[in-house]
Amino acid sequence: MSPGLEVVRAGALTTVQDEGRAGWAHLGVPRAGALDGPARRLANRLVGNAPDAAVLETTLTGCAVRVTGTRPVLAVVGGAGCRVTVDGRPAPWGAPVRVPGGAVLEAGPAVHGLRGYLAFAGGLVPEPVLGSRSADLLSGLGPPVLREGDVLPLGRPGGAPCADTVPWPGVPAELVLPLHAGPRDDWFTEAALRTLTTAAYRVSERSNRIGLRMEGPSLARAREGELPSEGMVLGAVQVPPDGLPVVFLNDHPTTGGYPVVGVVAETALAGAAQAVPGTPVRFVRA
Amino acid sequence: MSGIRVLEAGPRALLVELASGDDAEAFHAELLRRREAGELPAVREIVPGARTVLLDGVEDRTLAGRLRSWTVPPLSREAGEAVEIPVVYDGPDLADVADAWGVAVDEVSRIHARTEFRVAFCGFAPGFGYLTGLPGHLHVPRRATPRTRVPAGALALAGPYTGVYPRPSPGGWQLIGRMPEPGTLWDPAREPAALLGPGARVRFVPAGVHA
Repeated sequence: MSPGLEVVRAGALTTVQDEGRAGWAHLGVPRAGALDGPARRLANRLVGNAPDAAVLETTLTGCAVRVTGTRPVLAVVGGAGCRVTVDGRPAPWGAPVRVPGGAVLEAGPAVHGLRGYLAFAGGLVPEPVLGSRSADLLSGLGPPVLREGDVLPLGRPGGAPCADTVPWPGVPAELVLPLHAGPRDDWFTEAALRTLTTAAYRVSERSNRIGLRMEGPSLARAREGELPSEGMVLGAVQVPPDGLPVVFLNDHPTTGGYPVVGVVAETALAGAAQAVPGTPVRFVRA
Repeated sequence: MSGIRVLEAGPRALLVELASGDDAEAFHAELLRRREAGELPAVREIVPGARTVLLDGVEDRTLAGRLRSWTVPPLSREAGEAVEIPVVYDGPDLADVADAWGVAVDEVSRIHARTEFRVAFCGFAPGFGYLTGLPGHLHVPRRATPRTRVPAGALALAGPYTGVYPRPSPGGWQLIGRMPEPGTLWDPAREPAALLGPGARVRFVPAGVHA
């Protein structure tokens, strides 16, 4: 039996993610890919995969998978901190774990952070779409969201892991987002721009892979009317008519008609991926 | 070309804003020509919009200054082979569009089918192209109340644009017809995946009528 994973507990929202599908935005295809890129790369390193191998991304509640076949599979659970077990027995978090054939690897609910990453030696190898195995929840490209009973194929393990312990970043109590102004900051009042970089925002529970939505003071526009649809970048802070900023994450639409007041530095987006609803957010000038 | 504004969209993207949609299409065509000729520094994405072209993944900081000084030839709408889309003009908003245009209902299809369209940009869903070509007096507003479900293949109008829905979705555009086989609009296993990519010339052919 070829190596694979059978989904025993799918969790709230578990998807297959790799580096995403860059280069197709002009056709309306979002980039997708793991929201916490550094966590995905670290997890892959720990099981000897190329950094761009596909992993599982969990949301808040973790997931559980059974190794099909008879051979053991090297796996690691990283990203959001959680309890890890193999057939119910405690196993280390953030470090390689040997999961015997037939055994169940479980990532428990996140105790800090939001999104867990499960990497397996050989990587997950569902059929790629436009060069990527990432699930894109905006347009539905790539492998579907995991459901109990699904079976996912694993690739052939590559080289030996290049590390067996690495430092994982902690999850800060407050999310600080460095912001580059523009391209449409001139659509907002001076007062609104001051508010954006001084007010206390919180992560809304309506956040998802498309955008990190904010709760807090709304931003007043200096001009009315519609913005003709224009291209959107990762990290763009779009302000819809309710005035509440949305930070675009990997599944964001490629074009949009609401003004972008600023762009969050890409290096801060891994932290945004791990911010649970209610986390205080501060935008600071980049 | 006058009135080029180059705006920064973060540290690695430039949003080039043009004076009109026509200028944006011409600028996009020029970008593709220069990329093809190896005259453009590496960029990850070139994303046209209604009045803009976004260059994402720009490593060369000097590009912004150079873009402003480009000489851009006007768009040649006749260049290249047109993609022909067979359609049936029987949409539920045909009468409303005829009213807005001030013509008889069966005249809508004739006017639409003899218009040369061009994909200005994509968005909304993979394979959904915003097609320009209808003159200003034939632009129609969106429906006051969007439909909760528009079927795949619906041929629709809104503002300056014509589009064909690649898959079922909610939508507020005016529906004037349908493409009987919408599956060809988007096929990620095909190269190119989108039948209607930016810059493509398009003609709608009433089904059963051969050009």
